[in-house]
Amino acid sequence: MIQIQNVHKSFGDLEVLKGIDLEVNRGEVVSVIGGSGSGKSTLLYCINAIEDIQQGRIIVDDIDVHAKGTNRDKLRQKLGMVFQQWNSFPHLTVLENASLAPRIVLKLSKKEAIEVAKKELNHVGLGDKLDEYPTRMSGGQQQRLAIARALAMRPDYMLFDEVTSALDPELVGEVLDTLRMLRDDGMTMICVTHEIAFAREVSDKVAFFHQGIIEEIGPPEQVIVNPQREATQKFLSKVLH
Amino acid sequence: MGTSFFTPLSWSDSGFILTGVLNTVTISLVAILVGTLLGLAVGFFRAEANKFTNTLLGAVLDILRSVPLIIQLILFSTYIGAVGHPLDPFVTGSIVLSLYTMAFMSEVFRGGFESVHQSMVTAARSLGMSYWQTVAHIRLPIGLRAVFPSWLGVALSVIKDSALVSVIGYMELLRTSEQLISRTQQPLEILIGVGLFYFIVSYPLSLYGKYVERKMAI
Ligand SMILES: Nc1ncnc2c1ncn2[C@@H]1O[C@H](COP(=O)(O)OP(=O)(O)OP(=O)(O)O)[C@@H](O)[C@H]1O
Ligand SMILES: [Mg+2]
Repeated sequence: MIQIQNVHKSFGDLEVLKGIDLEVNRGEVVSVIGGSGSGKSTLLYCINAIEDIQQGRIIVDDIDVHAKGTNRDKLRQKLGMVFQQWNSFPHLTVLENASLAPRIVLKLSKKEAIEVAKKELNHVGLGDKLDEYPTRMSGGQQQRLAIARALAMRPDYMLFDEVTSALDPELVGEVLDTLRMLRDDGMTMICVTHEIAFAREVSDKVAFFHQGIIEEIGPPEQVIVNPQREATQKFLSKVLH
Repeated sequence: MGTSFFTPLSWSDSGFILTGVLNTVTISLVAILVGTLLGLAVGFFRAEANKFTNTLLGAVLDILRSVPLIIQLILFSTYIGAVGHPLDPFVTGSIVLSLYTMAFMSEVFRGGFESVHQSMVTAARSLGMSYWQTVAHIRLPIGLRAVFPSWLGVALSVIKDSALVSVIGYMELLRTSEQLISRTQQPLEILIGVGLFYFIVSYPLSLYGKYVERKMAI
């Protein structure tokens, strides 16, 4: 379970998160929507301890993410993350991209690491591209590689930050299909997304971010279909029309 | 002994010439190796350091890069002699040439490290890789590949610059040939031969560098 309690985060004088509370239970899919600059990416970065926080707590299972003694590298093994930009490692083949971290972080043997990586690559439909270099692949394929690369670490949670935003429209579908598949596998996920229809379809909970706070949160039937707050209504009418 | 003080170039000089060739190759390799290792460390440090440290370090490196090598060689060897620790010309030459090389290499490597975007590093860290694992497996290999042609360019110019070490008395190829010239009075043949040597070493390597660069551009 991920527990986010009263989290405040500033960059210099700019307070980006102004007291965020959110709970994500095992097996849940939570979508985060909201305008540009509302702090959605920042929250994911805080959960992953890529960014520090100024106040509040984030607990992942029993680990206090920002406590002094926390081993952040170890924590990140529980939390897979995929970004808007896929960041394939250009000097490694597809198979090496996905097997590197299992080998050097989880210290699996080369054979085991390759096995794990192959399994995840097959899962996302890249089984026939193992020896290809990612720079020769489409954005959609590279984004699926990024997902497989994260999954190969056997994370308990997946954090997705607008993973389809940088893709050509015709490639969005294959990546969303991969996310659907993960949801069906029972993966716990936080998806920051601009794909409102997708959020409505897959989420257990939708959180609407507005100016550094969660303005509205609830099941998609509420937040997306029948929003209670004015800011949510405004945002949705802007993105849906 | 005949009427002339001079004796023409002959096969018996080949050992002497070979020593000159080997000395040029040796000091070039030493400077490239040491300059690359130091340059890698300094370049990495600069890519990581804050602005203040960088400005300071940059100034020192600028001096090394802007003062002509020949002046650095003479200054250093004179100074070392003056303080009473005269060093072997090979050692003096290696130190000066290595530091000079380092100054250029550090910029090359710094550029390489900085060409790896922060987002790539974040992606690696998010997989649980430690700082140094990210350096070793992501930043170093990607950065090095990006700058290989520039690295080769610096290495080639070091081979050519090594001729300057002759001014402090190191018996590399140029000094060897100068001595042969004063004995044989055959400057044309000898200098063409020396020039040819540098060309034969440098040209194929520079072609290779261009080839790699073209391949990477695709
Ligand atoms: N490293 C940083 N340093 C300074 N300011 C930052 C940094 N990262 C983000 N910000 C600022 O924090 C605010 C929130 O950014 P964030 O990326 O979390 O927004 P977002 O909701 O993900 O927006 P988008 O939909 O555009 O991705 C923005 O005003 C942004 O400029
Ligand atoms: Mg964002």
